[in-house]
Amino acid sequence: MSDAKRPAETLNGGPAEVTAGSAPSTAFLELRDLKIHFPTDDGVVKSVDGLSFKLERGRTLGIVGESGSGKSVTSLGILGLHNRRNARVSGEIWLDGTELVSASEEQVRRLRGRKMAMIFQDPLSAMHPFYTVGAQIIEAYRVHNDVSKQVARKHAIDMLGRVGIPKPDKRVDDYPHQFSGGMRQRAMIAMALSCDPELLIADEPTTALDVTVQAQILDLIRDLQQEFNSAIIMITHDLGVTAELSDDVLVMYGGRCIERGTAGEVFHEPEHPYTWGLLGSMPRLDRLRNERLQPIPGSPPSLINLPSGCAFNPRCPYADQTDGRSTADRPELRETGPGHLVACHLPTDRRRQIFADEIRPKL
Amino acid sequence: MSTSQSPAGAEGTVAAPGANAKPARTGEPLLEVTDLRKHFPVTAGLLRRQVATVKAVDGVSFSVHKGQTLGLVGESGCGKTTTGRMIMKLLDSTSGKIAFEGHDITRYSQARMRPLRRDIQMIFQDPYSSLNPRKTVGAIVGAPFRLQNIQTENGVKKAVQELLELVGLSPEHYNRYPHEFSGGQRQRIGIARTLALKPKLIVADEPVSALDVSVQAQVVNLLEDLQDELDLTYVVIAHDLSVVRHISDRVAVMYLGKLVEIADRDDLYERPMHPYTKALLSAVPIPDPAQRDNRERIRLQGDVPSPLDPPPACRFHTRCWKAQDICKQVEPPLVELSPGHMAACHFPENTTVSETDVVAKAAVVSPEAD
Repeated sequence: MSDAKRPAETLNGGPAEVTAGSAPSTAFLELRDLKIHFPTDDGVVKSVDGLSFKLERGRTLGIVGESGSGKSVTSLGILGLHNRRNARVSGEIWLDGTELVSASEEQVRRLRGRKMAMIFQDPLSAMHPFYTVGAQIIEAYRVHNDVSKQVARKHAIDMLGRVGIPKPDKRVDDYPHQFSGGMRQRAMIAMALSCDPELLIADEPTTALDVTVQAQILDLIRDLQQEFNSAIIMITHDLGVTAELSDDVLVMYGGRCIERGTAGEVFHEPEHPYTWGLLGSMPRLDRLRNERLQPIPGSPPSLINLPSGCAFNPRCPYADQTDGRSTADRPELRETGPGHLVACHLPTDRRRQIFADEIRPKL
Repeated sequence: MSTSQSPAGAEGTVAAPGANAKPARTGEPLLEVTDLRKHFPVTAGLLRRQVATVKAVDGVSFSVHKGQTLGLVGESGCGKTTTGRMIMKLLDSTSGKIAFEGHDITRYSQARMRPLRRDIQMIFQDPYSSLNPRKTVGAIVGAPFRLQNIQTENGVKKAVQELLELVGLSPEHYNRYPHEFSGGQRQRIGIARTLALKPKLIVADEPVSALDVSVQAQVVNLLEDLQDELDLTYVVIAHDLSVVRHISDRVAVMYLGKLVEIADRDDLYERPMHPYTKALLSAVPIPDPAQRDNRERIRLQGDVPSPLDPPPACRFHTRCWKAQDICKQVEPPLVELSPGHMAACHFPENTTVSETDVVAKAAVVSPEAD
């Protein structure tokens, strides 16, 4: 709690989840009303527009949503990787008692790698082609640990072995192009884990991989989490991957969270029409769907010019059942059950009825 | 039945069980591929001497009947895209035969192929790179008419506008450029171009993998509607096994250039016989947290071996948990183990056929089947 020097403001009503307070957070990671806007010639792109959540150690939060919903911008924001000259970041990000939005770049840089690390989607472009895999892991380790090259090299070999690279003492001197896609992703995980980070952000970690290799990587992430008790944010558009790994799930649309709950709640008792749409669009491997797929009409909104009211209203088949509130007011995220939050104007009973009568039979 | 080297002739005509398998699989197949191979030379040195061969596709046989959808699945590098390109005649095959409507088109020249291009069309994976950014939608979708010198009743513009409507776009989009459209809309433009000349066979190489799930569902439904409306035949190449289950009537699984299993959709997904198919299916994450802990998981070790130097005999033996000595010495032939269900394995799963039967069948088949 080193950074608790800012004056406490009065909380201005509303549910605690979405209130921007300034008391230091007791959660391991907490986002409070995070906004990340990019001013452009065409207008302000509101990639993330008021996102709040908490995450504890040992838990995995899955963030799902379509392209342009703000998933990746959020993760880069937590790591402080947005260039502050062209991104406007506001709100609060508390990581283990430290507030990151107001922290200096140097402060964030010291935490990055050591306390929080990221696994990127495309390991080929995230690694430097000119340096050996080992050299890149060694460099990352020595930035944060005052050790000799020999010690760091031994650590790198250890890490490569831990993530299942065969003959790590030989492969440590290979270049990224000499690794296969799956091995590169493992090497990147080794690099991300080399300083035992407590928060691991995985942004589409398996999207570029074949399904058999994806299964290996997901197993690996799961095992490593048990070993290190780290908190994981798993960003993906693949609902299958989310269901495999996540304890909690957060659904994003147009830069905001529209539903959040445990994986069981979001997959089995979803309450937001957009979540229904995502589940209805998905072909299933485990059973045959005789019904046609139920696509969401239209396409994701422009982040410069979000629809007024609920951003989902132009695509929502139930928007006409809210007495016009869907087009007038932006719905707040409200609890519909303990820990299950939904941002929708439909009355809770009505939502549950629609889900039971119309949606569930078609899934 | 649907493959050329069916040894179990007598029972071969029994329709496979399956709730909504389409019945039409009688008569001549629209497309028949027999023992198709594509070997790429690897050259080295100043004289470009050939030092090795990549056997990208190494003896693939299947057939597709009119109005049906064949799904071709496998990991990257298994040869599925190469197979699709050979069917399209974008690549010349090294050996083997491709028959379209009973005509052997394998050695057709470019010129002879040209009229046939009307009947065989392709949908590409990436809707961003498959449309020329400097041409309008009208020019892109109308190009096939010009190339084939086809006169339409009310002019090309009218025909293009009808096509745009058919795929769910608006006729006013005629004068716009590709960059004005979203990914899903671009894929629709590509599909409109594909449909322009009313093809009979469409080879779709990863038609939805670049799209978001909600838009992907729109395009999948569109492909299904068009198939019903225009009696199209599809060969869909995809790595997403859930999408393939949804749209295919029959599914072929490839591994390192070989077909390891081919069966009717429900048969394959519910009773996979080849261990590779089983492993592939068990690796797909299922969007249901309740199933997370009680699914059978088969984890293959390592990556797919290099096609430059594939393992001898059964190419899957290096990663297979059932592999015995015979798998390293004798290549298992693709044999029909139950009606319409063929697998190439010495120790197949989900079948009553015993190992000795498989070996016996292998002995019968091997003289003609490579």
